[in-house]
Amino acid sequence: MSATDQTFSAGEADAHGHASVDVTTLDAELIERADVATSDVAEYATWLGDDSLVLGQRLGELVSRAPELEEDVALGNIALDLIGHARSLLHYAGSATGQSEDDLAYWRGEPEFRSLHLMEQPNGDFAHIIARQFVTAHYLFELYSRLRASADETLAAIASKAVKEVDYHRDHSVQWVLRLSLGTDESRRRMLAALSDVWPYVDELFRDEPIIDRLEGVAVRPSTLRAAFDAAIAPVLVEAELEVPQGFTASGGGRRGVHSEHLAFLLAELQVLTRAHPGATW
Amino acid sequence: MTIPAGPYAASTQSAPVTEPELSPEEQQFNDLIAADSRIEPRDWMPEAYRKSLVRQISQHAHSEIIGMQPESNWITRAPSLKRKAILIAKVQDEAGHGLYLYSAAQTLGTSRDDMTDALIAGKARYSSIFNYPTPTWADMGSIGWLVDGAAICNQVPLCRASYGPYGRAMVRICKEESFHQRQGFEILLELMQGTEAQRQMAQESVNRWYWPALMMFGPPDDDSPNSAQSMKWKIKRHSNDELRQRFVNMLVPQAAVLGVTLPDPDLRWNDETQMYDLGEIDWTEFHEVLAGRGPANAQRLQRRRDAHDEGRWVREAAAAYAVKIAARKKNASAADSKDLAS
Amino acid sequence: MTAPGNSATEIWPLWEVFVRSSRGLSHVHVGSLHAPDETLAVRNARDLYTRRGEGVSVWVVPADAITTSDPDAKGAFFESPSGKNYRHASYYSKSEGVKHL
Repeated sequence: MSATDQTFSAGEADAHGHASVDVTTLDAELIERADVATSDVAEYATWLGDDSLVLGQRLGELVSRAPELEEDVALGNIALDLIGHARSLLHYAGSATGQSEDDLAYWRGEPEFRSLHLMEQPNGDFAHIIARQFVTAHYLFELYSRLRASADETLAAIASKAVKEVDYHRDHSVQWVLRLSLGTDESRRRMLAALSDVWPYVDELFRDEPIIDRLEGVAVRPSTLRAAFDAAIAPVLVEAELEVPQGFTASGGGRRGVHSEHLAFLLAELQVLTRAHPGATW
Repeated sequence: MTIPAGPYAASTQSAPVTEPELSPEEQQFNDLIAADSRIEPRDWMPEAYRKSLVRQISQHAHSEIIGMQPESNWITRAPSLKRKAILIAKVQDEAGHGLYLYSAAQTLGTSRDDMTDALIAGKARYSSIFNYPTPTWADMGSIGWLVDGAAICNQVPLCRASYGPYGRAMVRICKEESFHQRQGFEILLELMQGTEAQRQMAQESVNRWYWPALMMFGPPDDDSPNSAQSMKWKIKRHSNDELRQRFVNMLVPQAAVLGVTLPDPDLRWNDETQMYDLGEIDWTEFHEVLAGRGPANAQRLQRRRDAHDEGRWVREAAAAYAVKIAARKKNASAADSKDLAS
Repeated sequence: MTAPGNSATEIWPLWEVFVRSSRGLSHVHVGSLHAPDETLAVRNARDLYTRRGEGVSVWVVPADAITTSDPDAKGAFFESPSGKNYRHASYYSKSEGVKHL
């Protein structure tokens, strides 16, 4: 009679309802190539991989806690994209030393993590989550846009996929910045507070480190992204009737393994089960 | 994970359907049911049918939403990045399934706000299985294999439920659900092929989830007040005991593949009936958990209430923004037409 | 008469969602969702109804903007086509077997 009956008749016949699993062509899960990264490239891939992992972990904490169910699905999608980027990048970073993505994610200590301080900031309220997303998504979009032209083909391939996904994250954050800043008095108050709480960590995104000099044409020089970042967020801030917050700048140091107090707790949670079972597979 | 609410429903007794003096629309309703056709939202339907559906579909939706929690509990601690991604995708699917079902329930004239209010006020039921805690990673496997497995047994027949929007939502859900069961099975398989500690973790978890999973099919047929009417209306297609038996028949060979023991000493093959005989189910536990005295009832509701309350200012902000933008557009188009006129 | 399920009391209105599963096919109704406005409605629809690549295009329509036929007049409303078999090609049996007809 309907598609229903056709789809599931076989399942009913086997007394269980083996809901016919659609035959689909599965895309590659990771951007995975045979290339082995040099140690400098691996270090750079670790920067980016750790950023995505730590931010994805933060968003993962939110699942089932969003302000509306539809938003739970949206934030879940963003978290999934970021975990996907982290896996590809850490997989590649590990190729330099024969380690897996999980070796790097689960068995490195805090000083070995290279993520930026902004990524590890606790979630806070929805305005803080959106403020952090607004900054990171615009930063990542500019970064991956340029990284597509990297002389390193693996990094370029990862960036080509990631840029489309962070483009959507960017749009998601813009939609919410507008709604929160122009919605109600309360939402505007919260948005303003969130933006000024997040801003001290923005500067670190655009700081160069010595390794960048050795990766000319391969890595994107962080300081070169600042102008594009500022230009991209400016019209949104105007429409949202917001201004770039003035205030202090956090010292940062994530790229050198110096972190805020928050990362240790995040890693403790991330790694607790895996570390209780050395050598196990899951 | 997903659970059909049907067998749990048992809160309101449906009115007996009286035979004589059928109105034309009632006749048409009966004819559609008899012909195995579908009832659609704007069709006339007996009030009791509508009520029964609202109850079942909304309970099913609530179960999906509350069911996100026992698993989201392990997202941040998932033992590999691949497992983390799978778990996020699965919990996200559950939010999606809840939304498909709320959407189906809304076609019966009930609002999602009303359903949500009933849930967080503790007035609505959801599947009791989600009131059990998930202390170990292996529980992610058991939930997929046993809980989602039981849910699928229940749900596949619901794809043919007589109410169109419910059946259509279930088709979508069933297609997505098969991934849930498989990933759970594979979590357990990986554990059973792992270290001694991992094998123990898997067996201990199966021991905890096996009986609650069997209880998901609801009370025995002779003690299930709503079942008969639901079957007559073709909302439900098989009895609780029938589905429970099917589930166990399917489970035994799968347990053998895993190498886990099902914790029922009386479970054995019966040559005569060509089915497995099951041990006695402890229904006192079922009724305790159903009555709100389960391990995690309060915690689950509180989480839902917190998310809802903490989200209020966000929902209000978005609604206020929508009003402002609509007004702005209206003014702009008014100005445009003025320009044209002048 | 508007589509069923819409309620004026909800803070975020209800939207009906239509998805085109691939080029060359019509948009088909897949369900509904809540969103504060059309911009977020179309995004929520993308997140909710195309997680597995089910669509190449999405429509959202406010549920209260849909006008439906009157269900109570169902019989009469759809009665007319019956008895007009000459609208169907299969009515013309004498031309059967003639090529290219």
